[in-house]
Amino acid sequence: MNQLELQQIKDRELAARKKIVLRCCMAAGCTSSDSKGVKECLERAVAEAGLQNEVEVRGVGCMKLCCAGPLVQVDPAETLFANVTAETAPSIIAALKGGTAKPEQVDPRSSFFTLQKSVVLANSGIIDPERIESYIAADGYTALLNALTAQDPKSVVETIVSSGLRGRGGAGFPTGLKWGTVAKSPGARKYVVCNADEGDPGAFMDRSVLESDPHAVLEGMAIAAYAVGADQGFIYVRAEYPLAISRLRTAIKHAKNLGLLGSGIFDSPFNFNIDLRIGAGAFVCGEETALMASIEGKRGTPRPRPPFPAESGLWGCPTLINNVETLANIAPIIRNGAAWFSDIGTLRSKGTKVFALAGKIKNTGLIEVPMGTPLRTIVEDMGGGAPDGRDIKAVQTGGPSGGCIPSQHLDIPVDYESLSTLGSIMGSGGMIVMDDSTHMVDVARFFMEFCMDESCGKCIPCRAGTVQMHHLLEKILARKATVRDLAKLEDLCDMVRSTSLCGLGQTAPNPVTSTLRFFRHEYEALLQPDPYGPRAAAPEPEPLTETAAPAN
Amino acid sequence: MIAPAKTRTTDHFMQHAAGDKRYKILEAHIKKSQYQQDALIEVLHKAQELFGYLEDEVLRYVAWQLKLPASRVYGVATFYHFFTLKPQGAHTCVVCLGTACYVKGANHILTAVEEHAGIKAGGTTEDSQLSLLTARCIGACGIAPAVVYDGTVTPRQTAETALEQIRKWVAS
Repeated sequence: MNQLELQQIKDRELAARKKIVLRCCMAAGCTSSDSKGVKECLERAVAEAGLQNEVEVRGVGCMKLCCAGPLVQVDPAETLFANVTAETAPSIIAALKGGTAKPEQVDPRSSFFTLQKSVVLANSGIIDPERIESYIAADGYTALLNALTAQDPKSVVETIVSSGLRGRGGAGFPTGLKWGTVAKSPGARKYVVCNADEGDPGAFMDRSVLESDPHAVLEGMAIAAYAVGADQGFIYVRAEYPLAISRLRTAIKHAKNLGLLGSGIFDSPFNFNIDLRIGAGAFVCGEETALMASIEGKRGTPRPRPPFPAESGLWGCPTLINNVETLANIAPIIRNGAAWFSDIGTLRSKGTKVFALAGKIKNTGLIEVPMGTPLRTIVEDMGGGAPDGRDIKAVQTGGPSGGCIPSQHLDIPVDYESLSTLGSIMGSGGMIVMDDSTHMVDVARFFMEFCMDESCGKCIPCRAGTVQMHHLLEKILARKATVRDLAKLEDLCDMVRSTSLCGLGQTAPNPVTSTLRFFRHEYEALLQPDPYGPRAAAPEPEPLTETAAPAN
Repeated sequence: MIAPAKTRTTDHFMQHAAGDKRYKILEAHIKKSQYQQDALIEVLHKAQELFGYLEDEVLRYVAWQLKLPASRVYGVATFYHFFTLKPQGAHTCVVCLGTACYVKGANHILTAVEEHAGIKAGGTTEDSQLSLLTARCIGACGIAPAVVYDGTVTPRQTAETALEQIRKWVAS
């Protein structure tokens, strides 16, 4: 493969384009509403109408408005049909010849779509994720070509540093800095790992990216490997995402066939292979040291850091671990330049962020917005507010490690720093909207139960602390707790946060502390009177004095 | 004279591959992974796919093939939620309890199914017809609450639709 061949594939693909394109969403959300059947019906209707030469029915990745699936868009007319069924699908083809289309229409120019800024999701819902030619036609693999032929590894790292990209997995560590550390670490063998163990409940951004644009992740990984000097990559993906796994397998196979993975890529001395590793349902494996243990075929338990994976990771070799969305940002940055990327977003949070908007909100689905977009814009303008005329009470971000942002703070800009001032985190991008029918203590209990079940059991603060906190929350919800239990809960939060080994335990108290901060009255309303009177008057143990101490 | 334990076990395991086709496929899979010990999780995935669950004998067989201590294989198999050491029912119903599903009432679906089938989450009915499981999040948050019936993700479920599906299974 060389530049000319890449260009030829693109030209051939573009020349084969038909006048009318019907894009049919084939991501996991829509396929569960039988979008596969819809696509087959559309293809049959096209054949019956004799329109094969003019109309292309293309299976694409996520078209974002998951609540209205299955979605079908007709281009270039830009008509978006929602809730299409196998019965109503043929009428879409009939409408091309002057009939009326039966499925309801959604305005693709509504604010849900127009307020989005696509970088990571630029190809999502546009290209066919199961055909590499479709990705190449959208300038795919040109960034890798450019990096390999026109840049040295050092300048690739510099581009990522100056782009200001930060890790999209949750903590927001500067990506360029991480790359630089791995590149500088001595070692003949290095690895690149893509963390696709999207364990946060309520998050499906990585799943959508993998299902909709798997080659973008492969290309990002290859560029990363070139920059840090690795020749082997692993994608650690959850077993709960069978469609993403099968699309990744297809993508890796196609890329190998075209020589875009393997040895001597683009006639350069650079070799790179990618293997898939399938998780087995352990949330803690999203933590990088646990993830590496799992790749090595062991129990996924974390270990203390340092040494950080950048110095000693997989099998003791320097290892670069990046999240799916982080890697999907790489090719666009190399293609368009660091300055283009750092123009998007805020001063300290650059670029865009993909969120999975779900819960009690009208428009659920996938959104990508520039960093710094006010939360209100996301939930009210794009999400359409809570359904059934109810009021939004809080927005939960960051999954079990995050917190609840109450409705009075909806005007905060969504970036790493602003969210942490409110005791929440950006997290991987799950955004669950809660309306006034949601009880916040119950939400805290829900997350604590999650952390309790998912604690790997290696360190005691997390293993025992989460059980005790869960027990106290159950006691509060059963209206059996007193103010002393609440105080004990707060003490435990502090202890588990400061003494746990890994991120799971350290952030497990967050849902409790953030709901206590903004919804303390909901906890207090459930408390029973203290049989020992107010806490201040509780009998304090006598301090031990010289005279009181037993004589030896 | 009693044969040394090691020879006996080797014979014992060799017989599996000769008699049971599933062991043969598993052996081929292990061979493909070049008997690498770090492929343990992949091998267990394959074994569960073939046998439906990981019975003790299968775990011992995997340990023997990969030259790993049985404790290590058992440790890994019990650590990950995806692996099950008990046989599953003819049909499986997985209720997603992710945050989005939960705030939209997935717990009511679970309770309804539990009451109807007389089992708790994680259990299988006595006639081995139905296994009821829960998932932490299947990433189908946009179409919550979601339930997976025999591997098919079904959107926007209620207690009624879930019970309807289960009655259909019992009837068939």
